Amino acid sequence: MNKPQVNSLVRAMAPAVLAFLFAQSAFAHPQKGEAVGFLTGFRHPISGLDHVLAMVAVGLWGAQLGSPAIWVLPVAFPMVMAVGGMLGLMGVPLPGIEYGIAFSAILLGAAVMFEVRPPLGAAAALVGFFAIFHGHAHGTELPPGQSALLYSMGFVIATGCLHALGIGIGTVHRWAWGQRLLRVAGGLVVMGGAFFMWKAVA
Amino acid sequence: MRGAAQSRLPLYAFVVFTFVMCALPAEAHLNSTGMGPFYDGLIHFLMSPEDIIPVLALALLAGLRGASYGRRALFTLPVAWLLGGLAGLSAVTAAPHPFIAAAWFLLLGGLLAADAKVSLRVTTALAALLGVYHGYLNGTGMGQFETAGVALLGLVFAVFVLIAVAAAFVVRLRKQWARIAVRVAGSWIAASGLLMLGWAVRTR
Repeated sequence: MNKPQVNSLVRAMAPAVLAFLFAQSAFAHPQKGEAVGFLTGFRHPISGLDHVLAMVAVGLWGAQLGSPAIWVLPVAFPMVMAVGGMLGLMGVPLPGIEYGIAFSAILLGAAVMFEVRPPLGAAAALVGFFAIFHGHAHGTELPPGQSALLYSMGFVIATGCLHALGIGIGTVHRWAWGQRLLRVAGGLVVMGGAFFMWKAVA
Repeated sequence: MRGAAQSRLPLYAFVVFTFVMCALPAEAHLNSTGMGPFYDGLIHFLMSPEDIIPVLALALLAGLRGASYGRRALFTLPVAWLLGGLAGLSAVTAAPHPFIAAAWFLLLGGLLAADAKVSLRVTTALAALLGVYHGYLNGTGMGQFETAGVALLGLVFAVFVLIAVAAAFVVRLRKQWARIAVRVAGSWIAASGLLMLGWAVRTR
C-alpha cells in the first residue's frame, strides 16, 4: 500500500472513529420499527416513478401559477393524500387506483405543458382529487410492524420534498427559456403518465 | 514516512475497537446517558417523537401568533408537564392512546397550517392540556425508578428549551415565505396525524 492510499484510508477512517466515540448505549426495549418505519415511509413515495412524476408536477404547476398556488397546492396534496392513506389503512376500497395515479400524471403534466391557469379553488380541487389515489395506494401497501408515527412522518416529508423539488425546478419560470423548459418537462410528465396508463390497462 | 503512516493503522484500529467494546449497559424503559437522571430524562424527551412533535407544533403556533403567546406557552407547558408527570409518578400504568396521539397531531398541525387566530386563553388551555397529558404518560413510565423525580425535571427542562427556541425563532420571522414555510410544516404534522388515525383504526 503506497502513501496516498494509506492517507486516504486514514482520512476515511477518521469519521468512523469519531462516530464510535459517540456510541450510544443499547436499549432493551426500543420502540419497535422506529428507524425502519421512518425510512420505509420516506422511501415509499419516491420508490415509484408514477408517484414521483405526479408529485413533482404539482410543484412545477404551483411554481408556474405563482403565489398563492405555489404553496396552496403543495399543502393541499399531502393533506388530501393523508385522507386517502387513512382510507387505505382502514380498508375502505377505492376502485381504479392505478388508473387514477397514471391519469393524475397525464393531467398534471398537461396542465404544466399548456400552462393552464384555472381559479385557485379548481386547481386545488384537481390536485386534491388525485392525491386521494396516491394516498390510498400508499395506505394499502403499508408493511406491518412499523412505527405508525415515524412511517407517517417519513411518508409525508418525502411527499413534501418531491413538491419542493418541483417548486425548485419551477423557479426557472421567471426566464423565457425557463418557461419553455417547464413546458417540455410537463410534456415528459404526460409521456410518463401515458406509459403508466398503458401498463395499467395492459 | 510511508512506514510511519502504515504503522498508525493498527493504533487507529485499536482505538476504534476499544470504544466499540466499551458499550454502555442495556437499560430498560429510561434512556441511560451515563450522566445522571437529569440528562436521562432530557434525552428521553429528545428521543420521543410522539412528545416532541406536538410540543414543536404548539411552539410554532404560539410563535406565529406573537411574543405574548410564546411567553404564555413557554411557562404554561413545562409547568403543566411537571404537574402531570408528578401525578403520573404515583400512578400505576397508563398506555398512550393512539387516537389521542393522532388527535393532538391533527389539532395542533391543523391550527398551525390554517394560521388560526386562536386567543391567548385557548393557547394557554392547549398548552396546559398537552402538558398534563404527556407529562402524566411520561410520569407513569418513570415511576419505577428511584430517581424519577430528577429525570422528570430534566425532561421538563428539555420541553422548556424546545418551546423557547422554536417559538422565539418563529416570532422574529417577518418574511411572508418564511411564515408560509412554518404553516407548511403544520400541514405535514396534520397529515401525519390523519395517517396515524387510519393506522390506529387498522390495528384496533
